Formats: sequence, structure tokens, C-alpha cells
Amino acid sequence: MAWRDARKSKARLFLFISSIVIGIAALVAINSFSDNLKNDINNQAKELLGADLELGSNDSTFNYAFVDTLDYEISYENSFASMVYFPKTQESRLVDVRALAGEFPYYGTIETEPIEAESTFRDGQAKALVDQSVMIQYGIELGDSIKVGQVTFKVEGSLISSPSQSFAATLVAPAVYIPMKYLNETGLVQRGSRVYYRRFYKFNDLPEDFDFEAQVEADEDTLRLSEIRVETIEERKEETGETFQNLANFLNLVAFVALLLGCVGVASAVHIYMKEKVKTVAILRCMGAKGRDAFQVFLIQIAVVGLIGSILGAFAGTLIQSVLPKVFADFLLVEVTLSLSWPSIIGGIVTGLFISVLFALSPLIAVRKASPLISIRGVESTSNTRDPLRWLVYAGIAVFIIGFAFVQMKDLQDSIVFTFAILVAFGFLGLVAKFFMWLVKKLFPSSWSYVWRQSLANLYRPNNQTLVLIASIGLGTALITTLYFIQGMLISQVEITTDENRPNMMVFDMQTYQKDGIAELAKSYDLPVLQEVPIVTMRLKSVNDTTYEQILADTTIERRGGIFRREWRVTYRDTLIESEKVVQGELRKVNTPNDSIFVSLEEDYATRNNIALGDKLVWDVQGVPITTYLGSTREIDWERVQTNFLALFPSNTLEPAPQFHVLITRVPSTEVGALFQRDVVKQYPSVSVIDIGLILNTVDDILDKIAFVIRFMALFSILTGLLVLVSSVILSKFQRIKESVLLRTMGGSKKQILTINSLEYFFLGSLASLSGILLALAGSWGLAFYSFDSTFIPNPLPMVVVFVSITSLTVVIGLLNSRGILSKPPLEVLRNEIQ
Amino acid sequence: MDHILEVSQLTKTYNSGARALTVLSDINFSIKAGDKFSIVGSSGSGKTTLLGLCAGLDRASSGNVLLNGVSLSKLNEDERAAVRNQHVGFVFQNFQLLPTLTALENVMVPMELRGEKGIQKYAMELLDRVGLAKRHDHYPTQLSGGEQQRISIARAFSNRPKILFADEPTGNLDEETSQKIEDLIFQLNKEEGTTLVMVTHDMELAAKTDRIVRLKGGVILDDSLTNSPATE
Repeated sequence: MAWRDARKSKARLFLFISSIVIGIAALVAINSFSDNLKNDINNQAKELLGADLELGSNDSTFNYAFVDTLDYEISYENSFASMVYFPKTQESRLVDVRALAGEFPYYGTIETEPIEAESTFRDGQAKALVDQSVMIQYGIELGDSIKVGQVTFKVEGSLISSPSQSFAATLVAPAVYIPMKYLNETGLVQRGSRVYYRRFYKFNDLPEDFDFEAQVEADEDTLRLSEIRVETIEERKEETGETFQNLANFLNLVAFVALLLGCVGVASAVHIYMKEKVKTVAILRCMGAKGRDAFQVFLIQIAVVGLIGSILGAFAGTLIQSVLPKVFADFLLVEVTLSLSWPSIIGGIVTGLFISVLFALSPLIAVRKASPLISIRGVESTSNTRDPLRWLVYAGIAVFIIGFAFVQMKDLQDSIVFTFAILVAFGFLGLVAKFFMWLVKKLFPSSWSYVWRQSLANLYRPNNQTLVLIASIGLGTALITTLYFIQGMLISQVEITTDENRPNMMVFDMQTYQKDGIAELAKSYDLPVLQEVPIVTMRLKSVNDTTYEQILADTTIERRGGIFRREWRVTYRDTLIESEKVVQGELRKVNTPNDSIFVSLEEDYATRNNIALGDKLVWDVQGVPITTYLGSTREIDWERVQTNFLALFPSNTLEPAPQFHVLITRVPSTEVGALFQRDVVKQYPSVSVIDIGLILNTVDDILDKIAFVIRFMALFSILTGLLVLVSSVILSKFQRIKESVLLRTMGGSKKQILTINSLEYFFLGSLASLSGILLALAGSWGLAFYSFDSTFIPNPLPMVVVFVSITSLTVVIGLLNSRGILSKPPLEVLRNEIQ
Repeated sequence: MDHILEVSQLTKTYNSGARALTVLSDINFSIKAGDKFSIVGSSGSGKTTLLGLCAGLDRASSGNVLLNGVSLSKLNEDERAAVRNQHVGFVFQNFQLLPTLTALENVMVPMELRGEKGIQKYAMELLDRVGLAKRHDHYPTQLSGGEQQRISIARAFSNRPKILFADEPTGNLDEETSQKIEDLIFQLNKEEGTTLVMVTHDMELAAKTDRIVRLKGGVILDDSLTNSPATE
């Protein structure tokens, strides 16, 4: 019976379920991709690190006793930030110089172009591998020269990727590999230089499954005290997995929202479908069918079509999956293989089937109560608001959403908040729709022209879809607009130097004897010295006489160890700069050598670490202990391009300490900036220059790439939203035909009927998009306030764009849909649809 | 008297897959203004198709319909709609009221489509003539079948049509209500001097018109005048 009844409605049933297809496609695509990625991370774990173990420290003489007992091969990498100079273009750039000795990587490769450059650059000559982005940026070709300090290297290859280097890291400080034996000749490593020393080990006699994690954990305290950072394969695997997990969670949410929109589509479609089927049910009941029998007929129909939709969705998702590695290519450290992920496919099909049935249940259960009288009397309400089963279905839906969100987010509280937010959004949209219908009825503009009145009246006609359309279009709009707002918010946070008077170039690592010369050089280019700041590096030894060692030994002390582990960069002055203000206490000067020294800390940092005014802080300034007290706390605007410091010493304290200097200036153009950089590097090879404009460009690049990923994923929501829109509009066609044809019969012109339809869709589209935008404003404000810790200033442009596009889209789809009705003779339609 | 409707060599063929199905074949007749005319025949004989073609609701495959001197075959859908709006009234078996509009608003629709102003008074007058003035603010769902048909009759007369097409106007009503509706149609028809073209399979009702065309298998079997008292 289910099949026989469905024969005449196949097209409509497929339309109902098409939303499921996209939702499931999104889910399967993302889950398959995640699955494959997880497998690849496992399979390529060794390649991720390139070695069995990586040790790193700021101290070249570090020592980890455990490894010395083993038989190993070793490679060394010393890395530091430095300017390099390209003689061909006479330009300079700050890069991450990596001097390499040994056969690293032991697993995987340093990916280069040409491929053999990875080994030929180690042939003992002065050859370098240069990050491909730098090569493109500066027009450097293979065989060109690159000057690192005093040594000129031949560019042997372009560096595409290497183990332990992520895309984001290369953008900020792109890498240049040089052979270790030339490091001293460059003259860049001197006393006080900030070099990071890495050692890569390959062990020859350890069993394959040796648990380094356990070993490292056992040696944790020793390693911390000696300031050795350890990376194991397992750890790298976890880190890579975690990085991806955040992305995966976001993607899963996008898929989930697409799926939810699909659910809305299913529920509304089945609702209208069942209204049309009530007569069939009544006839079946007249002939003795039980309510349950009729219910089963349609349940089977929905389930079968849901299953077909889900299978199609899973198939489409598997195809889409092949695109995802390209979309995420820049963010992934492993090569993702494409293979069928059966758990994702089966999971997707089961979810699709489950959703089809669950969301169809609410309109379906009404069938049980359909009276046989309908077949005789024609019209009867089948309202089932008092049916307790309906509430059970609603509860089931809520549990499903929370449960599914939990599966995706692995956090119950987040899942409940997310579900609540979705319900609030739906509730809001529902209320808006109801209120609008009530308002139109209440304040019906009787004096308006007929077409306006008819289009307004259609909004609350029997079987109207005002609520469904506003809810589905509104939610889609809200999601898309929120994505735009958040993206805009992130971008605006970095667009800080567009202001003409802001500094945009920073010269650092200047030794005291170099600073005057460099300042002179700046002046010769007419560049203002906006700030010239001395920086002293130091470590915190104790707070109120508690040392790091004591904290490690005594777990009852509630103080984080981070303040002791970090290398502090501190300046000294007696005045505030414009990016900071004192919140507590005051800046206190040191006038005589016997005065106590009162330092100032950043407010949040002091609070987080439980340091209060008057607390005693003892610093280790390159071997010399200095006792200070907390005299004030400051609030700092970190977004300003200034040299900002967590800790500030008064003048007359650190002047004799070894220090380097930073000079901040503003260059009027890229050309002047490039010339100035070139001269600085030529005359002072150990000094580094940061072109903030360049960094902002790269940050923009990263954001563009992220935005692309976000937009790509949002496409799923947009597509499902559109599909819901199309199917809702197509379904409402059956409601509209009768009116249009009647008006046509009574002499209504094409223009009049088109105007009535356009206006109706315009009301629906504009109200839905407006409500969606309102939701997005609220959502974005919430996200800005709670998640991004920033102020949300809505940009009116995306709002206008979204409003105009969604409204026009609704009208266009609606009109395209009515076109068929108008081109047919009224009699044909009257016979088909009415009689 | 002039002819308000002239049908000549009218044929309607539907293409159903590879097969062509002729539902009307070479139909010829004409109706004088003010006449009451009925088309009868069994189900599937082509009577509703003929009515639709005469009223310009569909296009003939060949032949011509001259309605109030205008050749419908030469007009496009919008032009035919304008003719309907100017000269034609309709009454359907299943009433066909707009569910979103009140009784009064439904009656006003044809005039509103013409862009007429100040029509409410006339619409109320029509409602009064069909005995439903007091129910003017009710929606179709709040009215019985007979009442809905009375509203649809008031609507049909609202644009002062020259010709009224009625498709089984009492087909969905009980005997008593049918009688009232028949009386109302004939009465308004007489008062307004409208031509009436009615499709019915009720021979008793057909006998009340001036002339009966009997269709069978898409051709005219018989075209005869009646001696109905209603014709006098």
C-alpha cells in the first residue's frame, strides 16, 4: 500500500528528502575526511617528526642523560631569526635561519623543488634551501644568491615543506636552511644571540614500541629544570590531531547545521504532504483501516525515501570528500589519502534515515487521528496539539540534537548550549512569523490596492507556509551572516596599521653600540625615530621567596610555573607610553642606588599569577640577582604597534645590564622601506628588521585562506538553506495554484498575478532575512563578547548584501516557480489541480 | 438579435503520449444575447471542455470562438483574461472562492482586478440580492456549501457580465439548496439581461433553459429548443 500510494507522489517525496541528501553529503564528506586524516596521521606519525625524538633548548650545552645510554644517529639544527639579503634584487627579509647538520629527517623528507635539492644542498658547499613563498615574493630563482650574514649561499632549491614546520609558521618567519658548517662564518651567532638548539635522534637498538612518553614523563622534572623541550612521535601525533580536531569540530558543526536545516525541510515537507494525504487516509479509514495502519503506510514511505536520500547523500559526500584535501591543503601537515570510509558512510546513512523518520514523525502522528468523516465532509482540522505522543516526538528531537551535538563536540555543556541556542533561534523565528501574521491580520490595510491586499492576505491563508519559510530562510540567513560578521571581526583585529601615522617598521636586535648609527641611518632616509627602546632579557627567580624548584617539589603551592620558565624581555623607563595606563599603584622612580626597586606588571598577568602590590620579585638578570617589589600594574593595549612589555623597570636600574635595542619607525612607502632595510642589513648584518606591512599582508593571506575554508563549509549551509527554500516554495506552489488560476479565470492579468506572488515572496523573504540578520547580530555580539574577547561593531555592508540577496533569491525562486502556472491555460490547471 | 457567442468548426485534441485524443470535433453553434443555453451529456462527453473553450479558458486545436464579436483564437492568454474580466461571469460546481478573503471581498475581486473604485456598495447590494448581506465578513470556511455558491453567484454578476458560464452549478448541493440556487441564477440572469451558458447532466435543470445542446463522444448529437416556462 505504501508503495502504491507513493507512486503518484514520487517526485514530491524526493523533493521532500532532497534536503537530507545535502545534509548527509556534508556529514559524510567531513567525517570521511576526518577519518582518513586520522589514519594518515597515525600512518605518517614518524614523518611528522622526522625522527624518533626531538630535543630542544635555548642553551647549546643541554644534556638529557637518558638518550646518552642509547645507540643513536643524531642531527643538529640551530635556528634563529635573522635578516637575509638578496643581491639580485638588493632586498632584505627577516627569516628563520636553520643551520642543519646530519641526515635529518630520518623519516619522510624535506620537500623541495627540485626534489634532489634536499640532498644536494648538503654536499659541503655554500648552498641554501629557501622557503618557496620568499622565492616567489622576491623573484628569486634557483642558482641565485642569498646572503646570510657574511656568507653568500647559492639557492639550491625551493623549500616546500619540512617535518615540524607548519604553514602558519612559515608565513610569519619563512625558513632558510643552510649547512651547519657555515654557521660560524656568517658571524650571526654571537654571545647573547637568541638561538634555538634542536637535536634529532634516530635510535638503532630500541624496540619499535618503546614508550618514550612514559620515559619523558618520568624525567619530567629534570627536563623542566634543565629547560629542555622534548617532542616524541606520540606527542607530535597528538598535537597534529588536536590542531585538526578543532577544525574538525567546527566543520562537524557546519555539517550538523546543514543537516538541521535539512531536518526543517523534511518536517515542513512532510507536514504539507500529509495535509494533502489526509483525504487518502480518511478513505482508508472509511474502509476499515486503523489509524495505526495508515500511520504505517506513510511511515514506510518516508523511511524508504529517507533511506534513498541518505544513500544518495552518502554517495555525494564521498565524492565531495575528494575536494576537501585541496581546500585544506595549506593547513595540513600530512598527505591525506582518499579512501572510502565505511564507518562514515554507514553512519551517514543511518543518521539520514533516523532524521527522516524522527522529523517526519510530528506531522505523521496526526494521521492516526484523522477522522473518516473527512472523506465525506471534505474539510476537518486534524490538529493534534493534545496528542501526548507529539510531545514525546519533540522530546526525542531535543535529545537527538543534544546527543548529536555531543558526538560532534564531545562536551555536554557545549552541546546543551548549542541545542539551546538553536531552539532559541527557531523560537525567535517562529515568534516573528506568528507575530507578523497576527499583525497583518490585525492592521490589515483595507485601503491599499487589491494586489497588495491579496499578497498580504496570502501570508495567513489556510495551509500557508509563512512560519516554515521564515524559520528555514531565517536560520540559513543567520548562519551565513554570523560567519561574515566573525570573519570581519577577525580581519578588523589585524587591520591596525592602515592609519597613516602608525609605525610600520621595527628594527630589533640592535646592540647598544649600534643604536646611534642606525638612528642616524633612519634620519638620513627622513624616517622618524618613533620609539627607541632598550630590552634586557632576564628570568624570574622567585616570588615572595618561593622558587620554581619549590613549586615543583610542593604541589600544595598554587602558582603556575610559567612565570619562571619564560624568558622575560623587559625595558626600563619612568613614564608610560600611549598604549598603557596604570590600574593599581604608581610608577616609582629610583633616585639613589639604595632605593628599593618597584617594577610594574601587566594587570591581567599579575592577577592570573596571584601577584599583588608589594610582592617581592627576585630576577636573574643574566647571572645577577636583582630584588624588586611590585609597585604598580598596567593595562596594555596589545593591538597597538608599540613595544609593549609585561614587566617594566624604572630607570637607573638596568642600564649596565647586557641589552639590545629596538627602534620603531614609519616608512612612507614599500620602496623606501626596502632601501632602508637593505642598508641596515648591509651595515649591521646581525640586526633584524620587521616590516609590519609585510606581516600584515601575510596575515591577510592566512585569513583569506581561512575565510575560503569557512566560506566553502558555509556553502553546505547555504545550499541546504537554498534547497529548503526551493522545496518550500515549490510545495507552496500547490497552495498558490488555486488562487492564481481563479484570478486568471476571473480576468486577472499575468502582471497582476505576478505582482501578487512577488509581493508575497518579498514579504516572506525580507522578513526572514531581516530576522536572520537580527539573530546573527545577537549571535555575533555573544561570540565577540564571550569567545573573541573583542567589541563587535557590525558592518552594515554584509547586512545589506545578505538582505538584498536572500530577499531577491526568494522572490526569484518564487516567480520561477509560478511561471509554469501562468503559461498554462486556466482550464487545464483547473482540471488537474482543482477537480 | 445579435449573437453573443458563435462557435464554428471547433475541435480540441489532446496529445496523450503517442496517441492523439480528440475530445471535441467540429462543433458549430451560436447563441443570441440574453439566451439561456445548456450543454448536456454524459461524463467524458466533452461538455466542460466546450464550456472552457467558449469562455476562453483554453485554446482550441482548430476552429474559432467569437465571444461578443471578439475572436478568441487570435488572442493571447492575457488578452483573453481581459475579455473574461470585461464580459464573462463564472459559477463553478465547487464554488472556487478565495479562502483568504471574506464573502464581500470575494465578490469584489473581479471589479478590483479591473481597477474599479468605490465598489463596496455595489458588492454589498449583490450580497443582499443573494440574501447574504449579513454574512459579508465571513470567510468561505465559515459558510455552508449553498451559501458559498450564492457568494460565487454574486461574484459572477459583480462585473455585470454579458454572458455567464455555469459548470454544474448545483452539482455539489442537496436538492432543496439546488432549487434555491437555480432560482437565483435564473432570476439574476433575467434582471441583468445576461446570456447563460450552463453545463449540466441534470436534464430537469437543462429543461429550464431555452435551448439544449446534447454532446456525445465530442460531437453534437442534438441541438434543440425547449418549451420551458423559464424561457418565457
